[in-house]
Amino acid sequence: MVMNPVTPSSSAEKQAQSSPPISAGPEGSQLKPKWDKIKSAGAAQSPLLGAAMFSPAVLYILLLIAAPFMLAIFYAFSDARIGSSEMHFVGLENFRSILQSPSFRKAVDNSIIFTVVAQVVVIICSTALAIALEKPFRGRGFIRFLILLPWVAPVSLGTIGFKWILDSIYSVITWLLIHIHLVSPLNPPMWLGEPGLAMGSVIAVHCWRLIPFSTVILLAGMTAIPKEIPEAAAIDGSGFWRTLFQISIPMMTPIISVAVLFGTIFTFTDMTVVYILTAGGPYDSTQTLPSLAFFTGIQGSDLAAGAAISLFLVPVLVVIAWGMLRVAHSAEVV
Amino acid sequence: MALSRTARHIGAGITKWMVLGIFTVLLAFPFYWMVIATFKQNIDLYNTENNPFTFTLKPTLEHLRLLFQETGYVRWLGNTALVGVIVVAITLFLSIPAAYALARLTGRWGQRLGIGIFLTYLVPPTLLFIPLSRVVANLGLQDTIWSLVLVYPSITVPFSIWLLMGFFKSIPRELEDAAMVDGLTRFGAFLKMVVPISMSGILTVVIFTFTLVTQEFVYALTFISPESQQMVGVGVPIFLVRGDVYFWGSLMAACLIASVPIAFVYNLFLDRFIAGFTVGAVKG
Repeated sequence: MVMNPVTPSSSAEKQAQSSPPISAGPEGSQLKPKWDKIKSAGAAQSPLLGAAMFSPAVLYILLLIAAPFMLAIFYAFSDARIGSSEMHFVGLENFRSILQSPSFRKAVDNSIIFTVVAQVVVIICSTALAIALEKPFRGRGFIRFLILLPWVAPVSLGTIGFKWILDSIYSVITWLLIHIHLVSPLNPPMWLGEPGLAMGSVIAVHCWRLIPFSTVILLAGMTAIPKEIPEAAAIDGSGFWRTLFQISIPMMTPIISVAVLFGTIFTFTDMTVVYILTAGGPYDSTQTLPSLAFFTGIQGSDLAAGAAISLFLVPVLVVIAWGMLRVAHSAEVV
Repeated sequence: MALSRTARHIGAGITKWMVLGIFTVLLAFPFYWMVIATFKQNIDLYNTENNPFTFTLKPTLEHLRLLFQETGYVRWLGNTALVGVIVVAITLFLSIPAAYALARLTGRWGQRLGIGIFLTYLVPPTLLFIPLSRVVANLGLQDTIWSLVLVYPSITVPFSIWLLMGFFKSIPRELEDAAMVDGLTRFGAFLKMVVPISMSGILTVVIFTFTLVTQEFVYALTFISPESQQMVGVGVPIFLVRGDVYFWGSLMAACLIASVPIAFVYNLFLDRFIAGFTVGAVKG
């Protein structure tokens, strides 16, 4: 795609004639006097050049995000299968059969349970961790690097590490529990082989991965909180815990909501952790919507049913997007 | 009163170090565990009588030899690097001009379109991989890394545009105005003035894109089957397992070698990525 900038001078002239007033942001108004002089040199906004510069990216996004999304909806009402080029409209047939399947109900339950439990744990832990990391101290950089490893390392490889830690025979956790006589060596826990333990393991890996991310988001947010207020409270005799719960944490609410919104998306739409750790088993007990969509649509060749399952992610995504817009909007207004 | 305040202060300090200590151990432990398994002899690794935290027998390089000489690991690293470099180039080509246009040239509508583009970043691969698998097959790209070259920018471009928009907005307008008074066109001012001083923002996009390519799993798993075409993130968990036999030593070595350099570089640029995630909930 060739970038073909309209010669800026001409577009700027057009701009100057039909000119709507330059959007008066705070910086815009300060610069007002200068603007008038420079306009003739072709400053101001140039919508045509702008359109030429952003349209390749927008076109790409439309073709590779919007179009496949439409295709997913289209497939969900069809009988598309891998290996067959014929396709018929089948109405709500896919949704009807999905809603009757026990695997699907289990997947919906699990997706919600995993996301909610992981988010609660992540927020509590990362708030504590962010507060502990806030003030500079010797070795902070190194500790931050160690804490961040789970987030920055490729998720599939980190999860493989857990598969080894949770191995049925060589699990280090089992070894520890045996040596402090909490479990019998004759009947060791099957971390990934029993439904309850497997669900716990999946949640634990999600928490492990998201605590670092959430912590750095909160740290970024805390730098923006004016230090004077908690300090003033401390001078007035308010103790550490009281300052924390009545002043610092309430002031962190916007940034905590950002962390929760992203964390929810990352957990709810993830299939890597489940796929590698348990492949949805034992007996669908750790199946989630994305993993079920993969097993049905790709491995089971039933594209239509897979697409229909994945569409159930959309309501949650819409809520998250709405939440993001609210956060962004309130930040602009304040 | 003074005493109790000191006591409280010490109490808070102890709590802080306990929190740091416990979480550092819990979060970093799997990586320590990879190091141990990487260098442990098999008869030591698979003996539950031995203390798993230390080396009962001498450390070995056998797992690394196996990994590099008898598996596709090096090939997968190469594939990943190649896809990474190409996707970085495409991402920069699409997102730098777009971000500049939306930040500077298109006023309020640009801002709104920017937020719209950011929201597409929230659309996950697990929603699109089924239709895209058909698209990729129809284009004849299945089982080649070119399928990923085509699709990955759809994840990296929206976030990169968003990051760069913030960056371009922080550049004083006077700079471009001065350049244009000196006779440069608007586009010329963008290329010769704005791009060079935005290098650190652009570098952030480069690192973000490259790490995303190494981390992505769903598309790589869906589009590519042959062992020789794999990316490292899929090749290691799927192909280093032979039948039901796990080569844990080599597997852990593979995870460690691919993770730590990426983690290290990502860490250097972390604060800038986070500025992108905080959506303006943090000012300044």
